[in-house]
Amino acid sequence: MGIYAIRVPDIGEGIAEVELVTWHVQPGDVVAEDQSIADVMTDKATVEIPSPVSGKVLALGSSVGDTIAVGSELVRLEVEGTGNLKENSAPAPVHQTQTAPVSIAKIEPPAATPARAAPPAERAPAPAPAPLRASTAPRGNAIVARAAGERPLASPAVRQRALDMGLELRYVHGSGPAGRISHDDLDAHAAAGGQVQSQGPAGYAERHGEEVISVIGLRRKIAQKMQESKRRIPHFSYVEEIDVTELEALRARLNQLHGATRGKLTVLPFLARAMVLALRDFPQINARYDDEAGVVTRYAGVHLGVATQTDGGLMVPVLRHAEALDLWACAAGIASVAEGARSGKAARDALSGSTITLTSLGALGGIASTPVINHPEVAIVGVNRIVERPVLRGGQVVGRLLMNLSSSFDHRVVDGMHAAQFIQAMRALLETPALLFVE
Amino acid sequence: MKDISTKLLVIGGGPGGYVAAIRAGQLGIPTVLVEGERLGGTCLTIGCIPSKALIHAAHEFERAQHQAGGSPLGIRVQSPSLDIAQTVRWKEGIVHRLSGGVGALLRKAGVQVVKGWAHIEDGKTVRVEPADGEAVRVRCEHLLLATGSAPVELPMLPFGGPVVSSTGALSPETLPRRLVVVGAGYIGLELGMAYRKLGADVAVVEAAQRILPGYDEELTQPVLDALERSGVVLHLGCSVQGYDAQHGVRVRSARADEFALPADRVLVAVGRKPCTTGFGMESLQLDMAGRFVAVDAQCRTSMRNVWAIGDLTGDPMLAHRAMAQGEVVAEVIAGKARRFEPMAIPAVCFTDPEVVVVGRTPGEARAAGLDCIDAAFPFAANGRAMTLEATKGFVRVVARRDNHLIVGWQAVGQGVAELSAAFTLSIEMGARLEDVAGTIHAHPTLGEAVQEAALRALGHAIHI
Repeated sequence: MGIYAIRVPDIGEGIAEVELVTWHVQPGDVVAEDQSIADVMTDKATVEIPSPVSGKVLALGSSVGDTIAVGSELVRLEVEGTGNLKENSAPAPVHQTQTAPVSIAKIEPPAATPARAAPPAERAPAPAPAPLRASTAPRGNAIVARAAGERPLASPAVRQRALDMGLELRYVHGSGPAGRISHDDLDAHAAAGGQVQSQGPAGYAERHGEEVISVIGLRRKIAQKMQESKRRIPHFSYVEEIDVTELEALRARLNQLHGATRGKLTVLPFLARAMVLALRDFPQINARYDDEAGVVTRYAGVHLGVATQTDGGLMVPVLRHAEALDLWACAAGIASVAEGARSGKAARDALSGSTITLTSLGALGGIASTPVINHPEVAIVGVNRIVERPVLRGGQVVGRLLMNLSSSFDHRVVDGMHAAQFIQAMRALLETPALLFVE
Repeated sequence: MKDISTKLLVIGGGPGGYVAAIRAGQLGIPTVLVEGERLGGTCLTIGCIPSKALIHAAHEFERAQHQAGGSPLGIRVQSPSLDIAQTVRWKEGIVHRLSGGVGALLRKAGVQVVKGWAHIEDGKTVRVEPADGEAVRVRCEHLLLATGSAPVELPMLPFGGPVVSSTGALSPETLPRRLVVVGAGYIGLELGMAYRKLGADVAVVEAAQRILPGYDEELTQPVLDALERSGVVLHLGCSVQGYDAQHGVRVRSARADEFALPADRVLVAVGRKPCTTGFGMESLQLDMAGRFVAVDAQCRTSMRNVWAIGDLTGDPMLAHRAMAQGEVVAEVIAGKARRFEPMAIPAVCFTDPEVVVVGRTPGEARAAGLDCIDAAFPFAANGRAMTLEATKGFVRVVARRDNHLIVGWQAVGQGVAELSAAFTLSIEMGARLEDVAGTIHAHPTLGEAVQEAALRALGHAIHI
């Protein structure tokens, strides 16, 4: 039997580090060749790391949430044959480029965190109480798999302690055989801010407790992106009201005529079309600004970022060459990239390279919003809710469908006047939707 | 009338009431316990303890007779005789010692015991009238009803004279020559078998088609065999019409034939009913669940700060259930978070052989929609059972097929009552078949059959 170390592979695009998102294996598991062992997240996408060999997992090299360098040891396996490591050799130190919330390296005794600086002669005799983790999975927020009405399985002492702690056992994940809940599971649940049962009518009861949530994974990426955008880009926002009465009539008619065969249209493909047409006259808005190099790159093609809410958080998949798509192709394209993001199956390329972004909070209402530019782009167009309002037309009060566009621009490269003219151009197209089809 | 104020008043000094009072006293709750008869209630004075004493005496007498007839073990004794008055005195000695012990425990816990019959005036006030002396009015914040149950009387066989309840059967002044037992539940069979061993001719009349109707047939078969071997005559599917001294018990069979069973004593053991009347409980107008007082998981009744435990609150009417409920109530009143939510309540039938049921039987598991496996290990393959001449019976385990979680244990055999501890513990702890199979069981003991049953369910029993 030999020892085989699996390292974080080079996943291309010059990526030097990844964040560990999920473990699919635990120490003791037997993995087959090509079986996925972990998910890591790059700047854009989550990537599965498969095992190149079959073997039994001896230890894990990092915790979920750690940022680890390409080439770091990820997992150590016991394999048939010789493996790629000598037995008992000290594991390669897990090279963490950032301090993770719970860093294994931190809690190791100094002698065991060794490594690069120590001369080989000193290192060799060290029995290496490996900085590899051989513990179980994090339990606190694991999913509780229990059939409806099934009583949670726990010893009387655990049940009593749960009552004393005010915890409902049915919400606690049991890590034991047959899903049995242990004292440790209870502790983990409580530490994760477990659901505390209410004592009587709880509407006015004092509530205590704090929940610490590590900002990791996609949420960390979102936070970093937003901070980067707001810190680097002097935003200004512009809100305009658009009368979409005719557009809505057209949309209803088209859906009636072609909905069954070509698919139903939402407002988004019309907006995309209006944006594509308006951008012809405002090339400085369909651009990316590399402020370090001092270069603005204007693009002929419109690669439309579509802000998409996913289970993990906000993602911006990209609809490439929106200018070349008719309404239905555009609608299908938007649906396809959004679904790719939501299902987590989007490739890295599908999540990068946008030149301008469209964001819609339409369904959630709101009069106006202040969208944050998707760095390094220079503009983002936000869509607010369509509402029917009374409007004076020729001295008569009539009901019209109105919708606000709330847009933000990078004031370093887009002047206020141009931004306003761009939105007015979009408005003209949307209010007279026949113009959307005139070439 | 003397007035007492207390935080907790317990009506009934049986296993539920006295345990609640002791626990409350331990927790510093001022507690008064009212009992009209001896401390210990049905269980200690006219139920579990005296019946087991009588069963043991009967067993010993039978063994002596067996040895007098020539034992395969080579033991020879002179023909034994029985002094039933001394047997009853011995049994009374045990009851007296235990009842006195309960009194001492209550005193140690600081509980004030008031002798007399309670009458509820309202949810916070109870009048206690002793047989002699001045009445006492007790005012309380919490009222705990633990009044227990009483034997059911049949209208055509009213208690009195030769017709006795289990209470009367436990203190016989003389032994009947011919005893008819009405009811083949666990009380009727336990006492019927004991009387048979003491020398009486015993006939059992049961309305259902089988004995111990609460248990499955596989489990009751060894008991049926033992009844037949011992000469107890069973009349199943028969109803009792009445009794007169001249003819005995008149019985009607399922085919509507009528016949008489001569008897000089009749034991009516057709069940027990909760004691809900005669002490003013009606005035509280508590919500009922059928004939029982309805309670929630903390034993609260529908009236605030009025609690109920034990036989009063439903099946299974077992002392250990009442005790566990009593503890829960005391601790809830003391402000602790507690619930009465056991995974299983063991039930033991002290016939010979004994029967134990904990959790679900295979049939009950099926009825509950569980996909289960079950396996039994016979005592015939157990070394210890052979040395005890107790090879009848088996241990059976029921477990979920998907994750091997044990959901039930049943056993029938000599001494299997003691296995109930292992059975119940394994279910409360959420053990799987592998847990029991992987636990070393002492050799040679009957308990090895427990491990072997688990192994057999896993498909690899060693000794069969």
